[in-house]
Amino acid sequence: MPVAFVFSEFGQQVVSGLASGSVYAALALALVIIHRSTGVINFAQGEMAMFATYIAWTLDVNHGFPFWGAFFATLAISFVGGVAIQRAVIAPIQGASVLTIVIVTIGLILVLNGAATWLWTGEVRAFHSPFPTRTVDVGGVAISLQDVGTLAVVVGAVAALWAFFRFTKLGLALRAAAVNPDASRLVGVRVGWMLALGWGLAAMLGAVAGMLTAPTVFLDPQMMQAILIYAFAAAVLGGIDSPIGAIVGGLSLGVGLNLIGTYAEIDVWFVHVNLTAAELRLPIALFVILVVLLVRPAGLFGKPVVKKI
Amino acid sequence: MGRPTSRTVSLGALFLAGCTVVYVLPAFISSFRAQQFAYVGIYLIALIGLNILTGYTGQISLGHGAFMAIGGYTTGILISDQGLQIAGHTFSNDLKDVWTIPIAAVVAGAAGFLFGLPALRLSGLYLALATFAIAVSAPAVLKKFETFTGGGTGINLFGIKGLTGSISGVHVFGHKLDFYDWLYYLSWTIALVLLAVAWLLLRGRIGRAFRAVRDSETAAASSGVSLATYKTLAFAVSAAYAGVAGALYAIANTYVNPDTFPITLSIFLLVGVVVGGLGTLSGLVVGAVLVQFLPLWSQEVSKSPGAPAVVYGVILIAIMLALPGGVAGLLRRVRPLARRLYTRPR
Repeated sequence: MPVAFVFSEFGQQVVSGLASGSVYAALALALVIIHRSTGVINFAQGEMAMFATYIAWTLDVNHGFPFWGAFFATLAISFVGGVAIQRAVIAPIQGASVLTIVIVTIGLILVLNGAATWLWTGEVRAFHSPFPTRTVDVGGVAISLQDVGTLAVVVGAVAALWAFFRFTKLGLALRAAAVNPDASRLVGVRVGWMLALGWGLAAMLGAVAGMLTAPTVFLDPQMMQAILIYAFAAAVLGGIDSPIGAIVGGLSLGVGLNLIGTYAEIDVWFVHVNLTAAELRLPIALFVILVVLLVRPAGLFGKPVVKKI
Repeated sequence: MGRPTSRTVSLGALFLAGCTVVYVLPAFISSFRAQQFAYVGIYLIALIGLNILTGYTGQISLGHGAFMAIGGYTTGILISDQGLQIAGHTFSNDLKDVWTIPIAAVVAGAAGFLFGLPALRLSGLYLALATFAIAVSAPAVLKKFETFTGGGTGINLFGIKGLTGSISGVHVFGHKLDFYDWLYYLSWTIALVLLAVAWLLLRGRIGRAFRAVRDSETAAASSGVSLATYKTLAFAVSAAYAGVAGALYAIANTYVNPDTFPITLSIFLLVGVVVGGLGTLSGLVVGAVLVQFLPLWSQEVSKSPGAPAVVYGVILIAIMLALPGGVAGLLRRVRPLARRLYTRPR
């Protein structure tokens, strides 16, 4: 039966869609930063985020850090980790074939996933949220404070990142290294380290996404796999080279998936189409990826790539 | 074709020697080991298929586990007790598992062909991304369509009529084989035949076209190699191999469920191909042995379920950084070295 339209429910779905979408956006933005600087799609982005979340969990539970202490300590550790990974395994294959790069990031997935299982066992763990679970009533729509908090943290992280790229000399050097490595090298930018810095920043964003997701999906080594696919879909939808695209893509995917999950039960002619099942969330994201890549490979905000022969 | 070259003759001799080893081996090993080696044969089939696509044609697939799932479910549905019902007609029950293997190959091959059509427009990273997404979402799709797939519990095949010898063993040419020996011979016979088929396919015109597409699409297209034809062909052949492997996997497991074909399976297949050597057939047996036995060996290092993945990952990265040709590439490098050691300098 098609669901009757109730405004409060619609509003709730949109707000919680924005919250989950902001997590997809953060991870998608991490993918975009890495793709812009090193031309790599980092398949291990999700696992890096998962690993960082485990670090936060350990700091919180085993070492008695307060939540925000653990949060910022994890960001610092993730940054160092991201830089280290780039220097250790990505830099040596810079300029190698796509296949080589993909395989190395797949290797990273295995190492990080296995190491997390090894260190912390595969057990599902609760990760407590810094935000209260109660809801506030805004114009008849019950809004969960957790959703608001998630959205606010992502907005804060993205704004900080934007300011860094826009207003600091280091940010400028980073952009220069991504756009034109040879010319930047000539004017004294240490391109190798700038690329590593990009990986560090992406790792931090991923960690933010992981720590915000863990309270709702619980912490286990597989927790970021599906979210990585949503982030892929968001990045592809917005254009893999466009930071704004990643954010718009993430938010619209989050809202879109929620609305499909609530309302997409319709009769087309005599065929009853029901897309509301939770199992279909991932396949729908896959469908988005395929359709965008086939119809408009540059995404909504990306520039079409012209290859010179 | 002219007279066979000495290389062809020695390869043929090597192949026959390999066949002999494979066929006498079960006499010396327990049936527990035979079962493990049966899986090696199954992985070998999947690796050959993946290598045709990734190693020879240069099209990355991170989702070959999904094509194996199509093959496995085809076999499972066709021989299961419930039977597949289309328009009131019940298939199966009278179908033997062995005869579903070619059907699985055709179904998976058709799926590969269909996926190959949109994949024509995706190059490099995007293809990797799309196939990765397919592999991750395949279990969810399998759970959703439970009328066909049995949902989360999947399909049990143990002890049913269509599954050869799961309870009482098999009589072949007057020999009585238990289930595991039967599995061993079945998978290795098919693997060796498909290895020979792949070799024949890749040494000629088609193989040359595949390699041309891999090395430079532009150069291939301007030399008159149809990218559309050969890419979709590579997808179809590769998926058909995966389908056969999936069907055998279902038979050997005696069940199929969505967790039989996780994303890690797809990734391990890629590891196997990389270890064996991209674009070669000779090293793939080593890759297949690794896929089967590495999880067991790494239990020696640590009992943690995470240990195999770490070992796999480290091997994968180390090979890509230090030894991009895999085992076959290593042999190719070692051979001239050995020759130099054995011949005295003048």
